[in-house]
Amino acid sequence: MSRLGRQRELSLVIVMLALGGFVFAQAPQFLSASNLSQVAILAAIIAIAATGQALVVLTRNVDLSVDAMIGVVAFSVADILRLHALSVPLAMAYGVALGLALGIVNGVIVSVFRVPAIVATLGTMSVYRGFTFLLAGGRQVSLSDLPPEYINLARASVLGVPLYVVLAVVVVAIASLLLQQTRFGRQVYAVGSNPEAAAILGIRSRLVGFLVFAVCGMLAGAAGVLWGARFGTINATAASGVVLQVVAAVVVGGVNIFGGSGTVYGAALGALFLGLIANALTLLHLSQFWLQAIYGGVILVAVAADAVIVRRLQRAAAVRA
Amino acid sequence: MMNGTRALARWEVLLTVILLVLVWLGARLSPVFLSAQNFANLTVAEMEIAIIAIPMTLIIIAGEIDLSVESMAGLSSAVLGFLWAAGVPLAVGIPAVLAVGVLGGLLNGILVTRAGLPSLVVTLGTLALFRGLASVVLGPRAISNFPPAFTAFGFGNVPGTPVPWPLVVFALLAGVVALGLHRTWLGRQVFAVGKNQAAARYSGVPVVRLKTALFMLSGVLSALAGVILTSRLSSARSDAGTGMTLAVVTAVLLGGVNIFGGSGTIPGVVLAVFTLAVLQNALRLADVSTELQSISVGLLLIVSVVVPNLARQLARALQHARAERNPTRGAPERVPPYTPA
Amino acid sequence: MKGERSAAIRLEAISKRFGATQALDGVSFELLPAEAHALVGENGAGKSTLVKILAGVYQPDNGRIELDGSEVQIHGPAHSRELGIAVIHQEPRLFPDLSVAENVFLGHQPKTRLGSIDWARMRRDAARLFDELEVSIAPDSPVRGLSMADQQLVEIAKALSLDARVLIMDEPTASLSLHEVERLFSIVRPLRDRGLGVLFVSHRLEEVFDLCERASVLRDGKHVITAPIGQLTTADLIRYMVGRDVSLFPPATTELGEVLLEARGLTRSDAFSDISFSVRAGEIVGFAGLIGAGRTEVARVLFGIDRADRGEVLLRGRPVAFDAPAAALRAGVAYVPEDRHQQGLVLDFPIASNVSLPILSRLFPRLFMNRPAERRLAERYASQFRVRMTDVEQLVSALSGGNQQKVVIAKWLATEPRALILDEPTRGIDIGAKVEVHRIIAELAAAGLGIILISSDLPEVLAMSDRILVMHEGRLTAELSRAEATEERVMFAATGQVTSGA
Repeated sequence: MSRLGRQRELSLVIVMLALGGFVFAQAPQFLSASNLSQVAILAAIIAIAATGQALVVLTRNVDLSVDAMIGVVAFSVADILRLHALSVPLAMAYGVALGLALGIVNGVIVSVFRVPAIVATLGTMSVYRGFTFLLAGGRQVSLSDLPPEYINLARASVLGVPLYVVLAVVVVAIASLLLQQTRFGRQVYAVGSNPEAAAILGIRSRLVGFLVFAVCGMLAGAAGVLWGARFGTINATAASGVVLQVVAAVVVGGVNIFGGSGTVYGAALGALFLGLIANALTLLHLSQFWLQAIYGGVILVAVAADAVIVRRLQRAAAVRA
Repeated sequence: MMNGTRALARWEVLLTVILLVLVWLGARLSPVFLSAQNFANLTVAEMEIAIIAIPMTLIIIAGEIDLSVESMAGLSSAVLGFLWAAGVPLAVGIPAVLAVGVLGGLLNGILVTRAGLPSLVVTLGTLALFRGLASVVLGPRAISNFPPAFTAFGFGNVPGTPVPWPLVVFALLAGVVALGLHRTWLGRQVFAVGKNQAAARYSGVPVVRLKTALFMLSGVLSALAGVILTSRLSSARSDAGTGMTLAVVTAVLLGGVNIFGGSGTIPGVVLAVFTLAVLQNALRLADVSTELQSISVGLLLIVSVVVPNLARQLARALQHARAERNPTRGAPERVPPYTPA
Repeated sequence: MKGERSAAIRLEAISKRFGATQALDGVSFELLPAEAHALVGENGAGKSTLVKILAGVYQPDNGRIELDGSEVQIHGPAHSRELGIAVIHQEPRLFPDLSVAENVFLGHQPKTRLGSIDWARMRRDAARLFDELEVSIAPDSPVRGLSMADQQLVEIAKALSLDARVLIMDEPTASLSLHEVERLFSIVRPLRDRGLGVLFVSHRLEEVFDLCERASVLRDGKHVITAPIGQLTTADLIRYMVGRDVSLFPPATTELGEVLLEARGLTRSDAFSDISFSVRAGEIVGFAGLIGAGRTEVARVLFGIDRADRGEVLLRGRPVAFDAPAAALRAGVAYVPEDRHQQGLVLDFPIASNVSLPILSRLFPRLFMNRPAERRLAERYASQFRVRMTDVEQLVSALSGGNQQKVVIAKWLATEPRALILDEPTRGIDIGAKVEVHRIIAELAAAGLGIILISSDLPEVLAMSDRILVMHEGRLTAELSRAEATEERVMFAATGQVTSGA
């Protein structure tokens, strides 16, 4: 699938350039450093969550609880920092660990108790969101409650590139390395591509499934930590509905919903693409309310296109046979 | 349907017991619990979920799922509010909104049956799409100047009784669909499709038409729920119905419907709906926060799938043990399917 | 004698039973290293069961297996691979989204010193394997785009990469063109010469003679003979494969009526071409041929599951084009499918519900189901067909194969068809039920139905059919009347030979 995958990512880049060009023509401030870095920072958060979701989708599953995980981590970390209970680095590590724990719960319900991923993560989504509400008790954490070192993360940059973008790149690179260079990573693809053949080969699909959910949770935790620093003001509804953005990023980035093919940097590109669209809406003074509809449309079109491509490839192979 | 019906009957008995226990607990918690007024309060808030749970039951039995129901409810509320604010009379607005529901369901149906896409992802996409359209239509506005006759429907009771109107709608709907599912041959076709779509197709069941119709039914009833919700809250908003999908799926699975399709009953789902309603009501009376309530719903969803799974695994393990003790039974279904050389 | 070489695989008295069917009965034979050994037999003879036992999918009930002289128990597919047994199937089991090189090495990818996957080496190793096999398949191409033939070569490369000592090829050529078969053999021969033991399971006798040194014949689960190829002729093989003189079938004496079903020039690009035939009322037309000949594909077009690219179907003289089984049903065509469990029955439904499924709207015109009426309908057929059950509310999954098949036939009879297509109706059912099913079929013909009987059971086809049409690789190769048809003639036509005399 590498040739086709690269085609997909290439066409995505082309579309993004075209979109960017169009927006720039209408609103030159599009290319200003501050605008681009804002877009990139938001996209970076989604990209990190999308990396985790991509892993799950590769194994023919889905994790609907990511936004609830982001929310609970964001609020929890912010709350801890507000109470000065932990230093910033420790609080951040706690956030990632919390995400990992939540992801492990998902993994156990899906792999051990054999609950279909859709039902399991629908359930945990509401449980995790409920935890957030419980924790918040109606309060919210404001920007002024948080230590500056935390807030400044969102504004920091490394050699002119926003820190968040660097982090996202690192996450995507590591995940990509894992998927491409380790036997486990190839098992992820195998399980999604042909579960029966994988079982015959002796691949432990349930273990693979469990692990991808755990990693997805961990990355959602990381996204939650970054979310808190970026938005500052966190209440119990933080990141509500973000799961749609994440799934849209994953499918538009070329990760096949039937599993087995796609890359994490495709998902990251997808996150950037969606961020560009959101930015375009703002700069072109179009209603932000189109965003949800666009995410939905993107999901439908991307999935339909994938199905058509797969069917055409199969027919071509059959004719040649 | 011997083994199946016995298991379901057991499940329904269990649910009834749980329901009665909850009612008893509720009565212990608060003297007001058993009053007619409380009964009305208890049911009225759940009826939108209940109404959507009916078509969702059919869809899940047929082997699919519809996640977009809450967004269709929101879209219908938004469109209704938009039309009303634009001066369109409700007599036109409500049918228009129901038509939108049918069209939305048709979109889901076509993508699932003709494009062959998994219903999970399709309805995830339409979950976003419909919600997005709702916010485009109505934006951040909340339309609340509906005529009292309209709001009386969603909020009020049948005159002289503690029975809320929406409950009447639900009862009628549940009754009709229960008859349809369990007593007519259309229902038999739905079960067949859920148990073995290929065999159903080979037997002349019009699978494409059936599933599309089910999605359209889900769409129109979600739209109806949106109308009732608007009426009850006396307010049309684009974010109406957020969170309903979870509650609906929970009610359906708690009602004993198998997530993998092929089995389930309407009475079971009705019981589950009321169990959920009583649970929420009891929690509310016990001053348990809404957050804990939503947690309980999520947990209930997971538990309602885990428990039958475990029970099935246990049953299979017992059967294996029994088979090992009597190796000469040779019942065909325990034997791997014979494939010729 | 080949006594000095110890057998790569030796099977002693292997038996395997599935419910009522004895798939293998005391089979003993051996595969030597550096030999290509053919395993032939009719459908149902036990070849596939034998292969599955060697592949670790089934466990034998009795008998022992020896590998290179020492006894082994093959615990499962992974263990079978570890022992050096590689199986190439008719349909490859590869990962469509992964590259060729990766499919070859999945699970044992070469690693760099750092522990990561050495893609460069994997590509090189894969390229080297393909060079050895003298084929040109780019190691980086995704498997999904490859032809069936190329995918099989990938499977062979995979076997080699695992140092397989035994290569079992299970009907590998069914989907290959002549040219691709040649290529496959030119690759397998050097491997055999280097010491690989090749078990070639196939129907295609010309290929058996082309590739193999020895052949073993299985019939009805028993080992009939093993002999060097040089001492056998095609006719010999066929005789060993079918030799049977049991005639269990009621003789058919019916008056033939009008032409019910007619096909003219039916063609479907990847399945069959130019199929023309007719079926008259009261006639049983047998369709004989090997697996993959295209008979089921023709039936699917007749029943409206698939559509033909060219040609037409006429029902009582009028052209019809069914777009769905429901349409065919309404017109009076019924199809009893090959796969009882996946397509024929809803296993979780009781007998009565299965029987009524195709005629629900007819049976209950007022929408509401009348369970007693449904039960009576089912009971009528159940007693007519002598279905062994507790009652019509029993789940079909609890019935034996033969009784399940009767339920399927009953279901289609309830639609009151004019034409009935039966696809392998007695596959996997015991001899007693077989006789009863044949009786039912004969009665149906006598009642004026036009019947198409697709069957790989030669004696059955020969005894039941008024006329036999033989298909080979999508074409009609022979049309034989009852008087003309003999097992040898049918087999010749089914294997694509020119019919010899006799």
